[in-house]
Amino acid sequence: MLVGDTQADRVVPPTGFTATLTLFSAAAMAFLAVFALALSLATGRLADRWGDELARSATVRISAPEGQLAAQTQAALKVLQTTTGVARARALDSDEQRALLEPWFGPDLPVDMLPIPQLIEVIEEGPGFDAQGLRLRLAAEVPGAVLDDHTRWRRPLVNAASRLRLLGWVSLVLIGATTAAIITLAANAALAANAQVIGVLRQVGARDAYIVRAFVRRFTLRALAGAGAGMVLGCLAILLLPAAQDEGGFLTGLGFRGLSWIWPLVVPPLAACVAFWATGAAARRMLKDLP
Amino acid sequence: MIELENVAYSYGGGDLLSDISLELQPGSFHFLTGPSGAGKTTFLKLCYGALTPTSGTARLFGTDRREMQRDDIAMARRRIGVVHQDCKFLDHMSVADNIALPLMVSGRDLLSEAANLKELVTWVGLSERARAYPPELSGGERQRAALARAVIMSPDVVLADEPTGNVDWEMSQRLLRLLIELNRMGKTIMIATHDLALIRSAKVHVQARVLRIANRRLQLAGADL
Repeated sequence: MLVGDTQADRVVPPTGFTATLTLFSAAAMAFLAVFALALSLATGRLADRWGDELARSATVRISAPEGQLAAQTQAALKVLQTTTGVARARALDSDEQRALLEPWFGPDLPVDMLPIPQLIEVIEEGPGFDAQGLRLRLAAEVPGAVLDDHTRWRRPLVNAASRLRLLGWVSLVLIGATTAAIITLAANAALAANAQVIGVLRQVGARDAYIVRAFVRRFTLRALAGAGAGMVLGCLAILLLPAAQDEGGFLTGLGFRGLSWIWPLVVPPLAACVAFWATGAAARRMLKDLP
Repeated sequence: MIELENVAYSYGGGDLLSDISLELQPGSFHFLTGPSGAGKTTFLKLCYGALTPTSGTARLFGTDRREMQRDDIAMARRRIGVVHQDCKFLDHMSVADNIALPLMVSGRDLLSEAANLKELVTWVGLSERARAYPPELSGGERQRAALARAVIMSPDVVLADEPTGNVDWEMSQRLLRLLIELNRMGKTIMIATHDLALIRSAKVHVQARVLRIANRRLQLAGADL
């Protein structure tokens, strides 16, 4: 397949609209497939972030009169340190609290001057802690403490993230199937346009296998080249998107990270496999009608 | 070589040919004549295996057409050169490459066949046009290129379907001379034509058997031919 038969290669017209059709359709579909892959991976990452990372954290909010805030914070930390399933707990300092409020109140907020509750970030480990038990202990030992394990608002986010992940995979499958269909249609159209060539070859004594091989090799290589170009363009377009940032929104995170850049490389060989199969099937079907 | 025994061929519910029996002997020369639509092309297609008889037996080099696989038919076609009135070429390849096409598809080394190819191109008078492309050829040049392509594998049989249909009298005589020359080399020739003048001019140079298709049957033509 890769080495080929130079004589057999010559019998397939090297140019013309069929060559352009195959190249263009393979390139366009590979370009879209790269974006579908990026979308799929991005939704996966987003789902992980929403579903997994949020599930591993909780917040304790302490509202107490100014003189008791520090004591209750220390008491709450002590309770948390002795709670099974809590990896670590730490009180947010004023800079972190200011950063949290900055989107609403702007920079340079005098946090020290405002009656803001103290927040404690709780990171879970293993199977996590018993939220109900911890609430009861906090209620007994730290009257101003309220545990928020994010369950209430995390559940719809996790559901949304799961749906988003599913959407990403469905998009990938749909674009993959459409790629296969377009390449198959292009192969059929190209074969139909070359019906005279096939008829002449059959007339002069070419075996079916020879004809199929010549066309399959040419169209497979065209699809590979087209998909390769489309993949490169797709990756360049992904690179030109705004850089992904952890705190960024969904769109800024669309892209590949680390080893996931390997995934686009799979697109051209897959397109070539589809072309190999589709051209072979179309050629055999056409030959069946020739005596 | 090619043998038809009580062959009939029907298409679309109607009989095109019936009760056809003929054996093409090596080195023989045949003309097949008859009015347009009589079934001359169908007859030739039965001879080179493009059609399977509805009834009766067609044998190509000793094998019943019905028992031949597609690869067997391809192999048989390497031994039967066919020239059509409306000959088709691969337009993206030069005339020389088109003539060499049967060598390519049979896996022969073109370099070792280069001398034969050059000789053949010269024989059909296309030396000056060897590098041209088929759309650039005149009707007569196309017919001569088709004849060269048909004989490059040194086939046992050459079947020509109205080879002079699109050319003037001078060119038709030139093609006829080439076919007679092939016959003298021992090739079996069958020419389907409705051009009786061509047949008369050929009979001066070669002992030809003239067959006629009439009323769906094959007959030996009268002495007037």
